[in-house]
Amino acid sequence: MAKGVKLALAGEGGQGVQSVAMIITEAAYEDGREALYIPNFGVEQRGGVSVAYVQISDEPIGSPKFKTADIVIALSDRAVRRTKRYVGENTTFVYDSGIEGVENDLPTNAAKVLGIPAIQVAKEELHPRVFNIIIMGAVIGATGVVDLDRAKQAIEKKLGYKFEKDPKLRELNFKAMERGMELVNKEL
Amino acid sequence: MTEKPIQGEKRVFMTGNEVVAWAALAANAEIMYGYPITPQNEIMHYWTRLAPKHGRKFLQTEDEISAGFTTVGGVLAGRRSFTATAGPGNTLMQEALSMAEMMRIPIVQVVTQRGGPSTATVIYSQQEVTMTCFGGNGEGARIVYSTSTHQELYDYTIKAFNTAWKYRFPTHVLGDGYQSKMRESLTMYDPEARGIDMVPTEPYVGNEGTPGVDRDPNHLRNTYNTEDELYDVVTNLMSDWEKYAPEIAEYQEYDVEDADVLIIAHGVVTRAAQAAINELRAQGKKVGHFRPVTLRPIAEEQLRKRVEQAKSVLVVESAYGQLRKILDNALYGLTTPITNFFKPGEGVTADEVVEEVNKLL
Amino acid sequence: MSVATPQMPQCWRRETKAHKFCPGCGHGLVLKALGEAIDELGIQDKIVFGCDIGCSLLAWDFFNVDTVQTHHGRTTPVITGIKRANEDVIGIAYMGDGGGYAIGSQHLVNAASRNEKITVILVNNTNYGMTGGQMAPTTLPDQKTETSPYGRDVKDTGNPTQGPEMVAAITPESAYVARGTVSNVRQLKKYIKRALENQISGNGFSFVEALSGCPTNWRTNAAETWKFIDKAMPEYFKVGEIKVPSEKKEG
Repeated sequence: MAKGVKLALAGEGGQGVQSVAMIITEAAYEDGREALYIPNFGVEQRGGVSVAYVQISDEPIGSPKFKTADIVIALSDRAVRRTKRYVGENTTFVYDSGIEGVENDLPTNAAKVLGIPAIQVAKEELHPRVFNIIIMGAVIGATGVVDLDRAKQAIEKKLGYKFEKDPKLRELNFKAMERGMELVNKEL
Repeated sequence: MTEKPIQGEKRVFMTGNEVVAWAALAANAEIMYGYPITPQNEIMHYWTRLAPKHGRKFLQTEDEISAGFTTVGGVLAGRRSFTATAGPGNTLMQEALSMAEMMRIPIVQVVTQRGGPSTATVIYSQQEVTMTCFGGNGEGARIVYSTSTHQELYDYTIKAFNTAWKYRFPTHVLGDGYQSKMRESLTMYDPEARGIDMVPTEPYVGNEGTPGVDRDPNHLRNTYNTEDELYDVVTNLMSDWEKYAPEIAEYQEYDVEDADVLIIAHGVVTRAAQAAINELRAQGKKVGHFRPVTLRPIAEEQLRKRVEQAKSVLVVESAYGQLRKILDNALYGLTTPITNFFKPGEGVTADEVVEEVNKLL
Repeated sequence: MSVATPQMPQCWRRETKAHKFCPGCGHGLVLKALGEAIDELGIQDKIVFGCDIGCSLLAWDFFNVDTVQTHHGRTTPVITGIKRANEDVIGIAYMGDGGGYAIGSQHLVNAASRNEKITVILVNNTNYGMTGGQMAPTTLPDQKTETSPYGRDVKDTGNPTQGPEMVAAITPESAYVARGTVSNVRQLKKYIKRALENQISGNGFSFVEALSGCPTNWRTNAAETWKFIDKAMPEYFKVGEIKVPSEKKEG
């Protein structure tokens, strides 16, 4: 079981950043670990970069926000620029390799910088809508913060009502998560 | 009679705003008056969904001036009544809170601090300390609890009703936008099942019987005619407040016994302070944290004792000296050097506290 | 990749476009009608534009006119204060239904009563948008909002506020009062123009409510949003000129 992890997840509003953060945090809570999740929020109801701050630990968690993340996931060009401030020498920085125009914006001080083709895999192999679940798989693969079964339970809890109507979605989401884990493990 | 909203104990994972709504339910609050303002809105959202199921009431008023005064009304009717607000809304409520101070009306106000002054941010700060403790045109005859975890938000929202009704002063739960919006775990419980005595309420108006016939009428005033009349009223009010202060004041101490550097911080910054101390102590550094849990009344005697023992004090707050001002008042005469780490409107992390403490060691 | 620039009023500030309102929000249309009215009247250099707190606050850098973002419900008194101190400005107080009919209602009533020479433009989308969709004075009966989750019960909270009708009732004959809608922008622009002309001529108070949409908090798609604005809202909020100082009233 992994030790404490600080995760910053960012993307455009609508990419499912907050949903992924919430599912991961609840999974960790169900695992009996200390977990804290807070979204960023400003005045605008829509638009802007959506950032989620997740902390999972065996010890009580300190302040809700942090200076340096252990892992940063950025899903859009604006998110790449917005999350650079959370990168330190021990940070793993993951971004979607399909994002254009960010070569000069990627952090140079991170421990690892990984590009994973999540959007592409979603479009070509699965379905664009499960793109954020692929990312969730990548987070779990990179951090081991919850195990796959627990994560599947958490997805079931949050999206189960949709799976009832269309059981194929369950298959799709679980596959997406596994694919995400594969993608990140390949890079590591 | 509807059954209790919380039976026994229940471990849950939710946002701070949801916690407050459940705690008010568990405390048998009967009515909430409120007006939309971020970041407390979800307290209303949860309350409006839960209230009808438990025979409780709600009114969204036309503004916070009204929310404050309607809450006063609810209390005058003898019901546990509460409201929640932040920032400019808190500013508007001060008129009603002054009335509550003068007339000993136990309203409960939850404040989810956001940036200030003016509209600022909807996010977070500790910039409503001065206003919540001393707002309006009174002398600060109020009780203010500053929470740092969801468990405390739950515990102290329930406690606020009891403190208010026991001592008859407006009582405030001072949280902030981070606490409101973050999710973490806590245990909800039925206070009576835990042996907590819920202080009974009683109406100020609308009692049984015909006034002047069966009983004296209750004539409530807040206006006086002469200076000396007011002098008596206010000195009585404040001497009551001062009399109860020692039993109301609460504090928490973390590794203070041998601390060379004493951190003083309240609310959610407590978490950063204590995480920093864990790190520093592991390196053999002597740092401790004195946490005022009540900002008003502050635990002055204990605070002075610890400050006197320390070689240096670091005040950490997400404001520009609002906590510091209260401390200066309480610490008058002491010579321990005090350094400020002010971050108005911004969260404080453990790393930052470690860095500031290291500058002092 | 180049994107065709849409046609914008001259007094709009290009640097702050694309604006920050939600997709499908009515504010963009109201501000377009207002912008065109300002252009046609040639008064860009005289305008002082005040916006409230709520979604209207996003208009703080919208125009190339001097703008002041005020507090929730306080736009009317701020613009009143400016106008009385400097009668040469054309003061516009821009707000939502919460800012006008709830927290700002006492200011609206008093400004109207005193026949202040200002123009109030109030955008009515039946909820408090920026704070996440709470009930507003103009929420329709049975309409579900975050603080009326089981539907607005008019026995408990009254009927939707009819603002223009109230303003018309308490203002003298020289006031101009109308209600337009984003489902008829041309008509809305006409009303806004007449409102501004009432101020320019020093006649009296002018007030235009604009029916508008909030798909984000209504949780409606484009078709449903349009239907609500075009069909449902006018059942309670009559579109048209409600008070006209002279015989210019629309038939």
